[in-house]
Amino acid sequence: MAMVWIPAPWREKLTQGQQQVDVEGATVRQVIEALDARFPGMRQRIIDPEHDRIRHDIAVSVDGEISVEGLRRKVGETSEVHFLPAMAGG
Amino acid sequence: MTDHGETTRKGGEIRNFGTQTYKVVGTRPIRHDGTDKVTGRAVYGGDIRLPGMLYGQILRSPHAHARIQRIDTSRAEALPGVHAVVTAADLPDTTGGRIDLGEGHADTKYMRDNILAGDKVLYRGHAVAGVAAVSLHVAEEALALIDVDYELLEPVIDVETAMKDSAPLLHEGLTTTELNEDTGRKSNIAMHIRHEMGDVQQAFAGAAHVAEAEIRTATVHQGYIEPQNGTASWSEDGQLTIWTSTQGSFTAQKQLATILDIPVSKVRVIPQEIGGGFGGKIPVYVEPVAALLSRKTAHPVKIIMTRADVFESTGPTPGSYVRVKMATDASGKLVASEAHIALEAGAFPGAEIGAAAMCVFSCYDIPHAVVDGYDVVVNKPKSAPYRAPGATQVTWPVEKVMDDLARQLGKDPVAFRLDNAAAEGTRRVDGIVYPRIGGRECLEVARDSDHYQSELSGPYRGRGMAIGYWFNIGLKSAVTASVNADGTVHLVEGSTDIGGTRTSVAMQFAETLGLDAADIYPSVGDTSAIGYTDVTGGSRVTYATGWAAYEAAEDVKRQMIERAAILWESSADQVEYSDGVFKTRDGSKSADFKQLAQKLEDTGGPVVGRATVHPDTGVGGSFAVNIVDVEVDPDTGKVDILRFTVIQDAGKAIHPSYVEGQMQGGSVQGIGWALNEEYAYTEEGRMANSTFLDYRMPTSLDLPMIETIIVEVPNPGHPYGVRGVGEASIAPPPAAVAAAVENATGTQLNVLPLRPDRIINAMEDSIPAAAG
Amino acid sequence: MSKIHVQCTINGEPTEFLCEARQSLLEVLREELGFTGTKEGCNDGNCGACSVTVDGVLVDSCLILAAEVQDKTVGTVEGLASAEGLHPLQQKFLEHASLQCGICTPGFLVASKALLDANPNPSQHEIRHWLAGNLCRCTGYDKIVRAVLDAAGTAE
Repeated sequence: MAMVWIPAPWREKLTQGQQQVDVEGATVRQVIEALDARFPGMRQRIIDPEHDRIRHDIAVSVDGEISVEGLRRKVGETSEVHFLPAMAGG
Repeated sequence: MTDHGETTRKGGEIRNFGTQTYKVVGTRPIRHDGTDKVTGRAVYGGDIRLPGMLYGQILRSPHAHARIQRIDTSRAEALPGVHAVVTAADLPDTTGGRIDLGEGHADTKYMRDNILAGDKVLYRGHAVAGVAAVSLHVAEEALALIDVDYELLEPVIDVETAMKDSAPLLHEGLTTTELNEDTGRKSNIAMHIRHEMGDVQQAFAGAAHVAEAEIRTATVHQGYIEPQNGTASWSEDGQLTIWTSTQGSFTAQKQLATILDIPVSKVRVIPQEIGGGFGGKIPVYVEPVAALLSRKTAHPVKIIMTRADVFESTGPTPGSYVRVKMATDASGKLVASEAHIALEAGAFPGAEIGAAAMCVFSCYDIPHAVVDGYDVVVNKPKSAPYRAPGATQVTWPVEKVMDDLARQLGKDPVAFRLDNAAAEGTRRVDGIVYPRIGGRECLEVARDSDHYQSELSGPYRGRGMAIGYWFNIGLKSAVTASVNADGTVHLVEGSTDIGGTRTSVAMQFAETLGLDAADIYPSVGDTSAIGYTDVTGGSRVTYATGWAAYEAAEDVKRQMIERAAILWESSADQVEYSDGVFKTRDGSKSADFKQLAQKLEDTGGPVVGRATVHPDTGVGGSFAVNIVDVEVDPDTGKVDILRFTVIQDAGKAIHPSYVEGQMQGGSVQGIGWALNEEYAYTEEGRMANSTFLDYRMPTSLDLPMIETIIVEVPNPGHPYGVRGVGEASIAPPPAAVAAAVENATGTQLNVLPLRPDRIINAMEDSIPAAAG
Repeated sequence: MSKIHVQCTINGEPTEFLCEARQSLLEVLREELGFTGTKEGCNDGNCGACSVTVDGVLVDSCLILAAEVQDKTVGTVEGLASAEGLHPLQQKFLEHASLQCGICTPGFLVASKALLDANPNPSQHEIRHWLAGNLCRCTGYDKIVRAVLDAAGTAE
């Protein structure tokens, strides 16, 4: 099972304070679906339904690397998945 | 003339932690564009001159916060020599939407409002109207003839005031988002983000040593010497061509298309040589105005900012208010930390708060931590990235607290940091687990350095050290490579070259093919000549565009092997290539790269290699450590830098001289940030020092040589082990310099810059300094 | 506005031009005569990117009027190299990697040449003092100072 790191602002609202959650899923999309099944509201916070992609203000990382394929990124059995604020450099 | 094969003189020390030795990578060839740049031939954006070209000027708001009631351009339009005047009314009126800049996103409406103010001006220097005329001077005269009626509003120019409930609001419609959820709360706080790991309260409760700091830093500017410029030619067929000085021609293209509401295919951006950027030349400013003026006049229009325009209207880096608290157990292991970070976004949301929140505790292994970050609008120019944006503001508070804890524990500052340094496997406060990083090695090299081991004595002298981190980025790059009949290669890349990256990219290409750096002729293509390439920023060019060059070289190699097979009437699997020589496996036939290149015409025509990359693995972060000795004049409070050493993790230094250059340049920008640089604001929100005379950047006389030690901890994610090196070096200098000044004077300081008056006041407030 | 006729020598070539009284030497060099190697960074004499020599004296060309160079000799970065090759300072700037973006480089080269003409054996401090009127934001000056020391043969 992949470990999902829940962003701090969502813990109280969605995961009863849990910081990490283990879910099944072979892609980022499947991980989000599994999360939403357990904690409704996850999907809308992460996915932009109009464009079927990760919302512009969120970046998803798998095993510490920002996913350039967004929802389509493969997730391993022991992967860690993080949702972070999107950001930039100079 | 110069032979590019000549090497530069020896530079500083390199400490290798497992990188390989190569033939081209790691050498110091003379840069390919060097001769043009020392002879004055190189063409920068401001040098463009087109037939029939008009000169543009921009009218800017004299007020920090006001409602525009009326703009009357008729007197300006009537001035002989004036061809056109444009205002926000000439911009397309589409609302909503966002644009992906590769490095973060921007709101389209805010972006357009920053090009030409809509109903409000939000900072002094905010563009209000543009004029095109036959000469610069006529355009300047016309500005004085534009009549604007303003209803003055109360300005908010610092982050702490702006966050108060009672503060005047810059944007009536702005509400705070939490991560990405709209709270519906009207405020100048555009965004609040929080990272939290473990049980922070409990960890603090059980801690043995606790220290805190409360730090304010001033707004400072990137300070590139070349002002922003743009020349636009909007042709009758609807094609817009832009010559400009930009960190990303494709990002400029995308911004122009969005602001002007035209397809990207209608915009061609031809990047010129760029006179510095440091993040500040990612946004466009004058280009859309030049474009509107060109469309209205049917002439090409060139606009160059004045230096005052650059200070008052282009992205400075945020002023900040930061509180940090950290704690250790009795043995000196960090157990808990918390940070409150508020950054001034300027007039529109979008300070680099995410990066600041990620970088704040990133040098250390801390099991329980919480970070709150706030992106806050104030009546200052919209901030833009500046070298490791957000990292410098948070590095001093953390390093000041670390020094305090080391004192409490009676430990050497470097030893204490080594005890707590983040390493492979450390989980950061944002939850990410580090891959192989070089922070620990940088600290060890610092500890063992000649500088740190040397004695420093004398009254009012002090030493400081600090470590800072920047995460670096990957993003998209494209390279094409055409093999010439003489065996040289013309390489086209999309990354604009600010600091010698044509050469660091070409060197990786040459290495991959076993050629010399001088055999490669690199150039930067415009948006019609090369595949999409993201900005020159995030320390990514040598890393990602270099990777594209590696892949393009591999592509050339594959094709050349096929050609050798045709030439020798063999098959590709019977041909191998090493050390610049193709040969059949049985050894019967061989040809070097140049010999085979001469045969391309007989074996199928030209060979063009190409590659695009979007690396998302192995974007290795970089750490920088500073050691600095200062002497403070007790009568004037002036600080002299006696000795300065920067140690940085480069992964593999492709061209060590230019890696050193990045380290030295970032260090000196950080020294300026520490000691001299600030936007001095009047109560009305006017910048009182918008010249290089009064905005005091370091000069050669202010500095000693900047000693460098390159630490090579290879990045396993890159073909040559490269980590970006452009940014991390700016993060630690204010922390290290402040620590040195505190040590020299026996004071505690908490505001940047460390102006002489502040140092004198602190010395008067404290017990007499312990000499030596 | 009637124009002023000016005769002078630029990089050894007798030159004449027409200018307005309000035009700086920098503006005329760049916009009228095409000497774009001389750069504009601030237009108020504080960055040195527009450094030229007038009768051998180092000046910021943004601070003098074009009309003032009547009968004078102007030297710009374009005059440093010759058919024989680069000036030693140009060569040393390349070897020491003394430029990154390169916008300040012409000014530093012209200023450094003026220094070596006046003082062929400057110390590091003398170099730093002389070049304090030229701003560089990329390099931190280290590699520029080393190049000038090397060109002068006074490397420490």
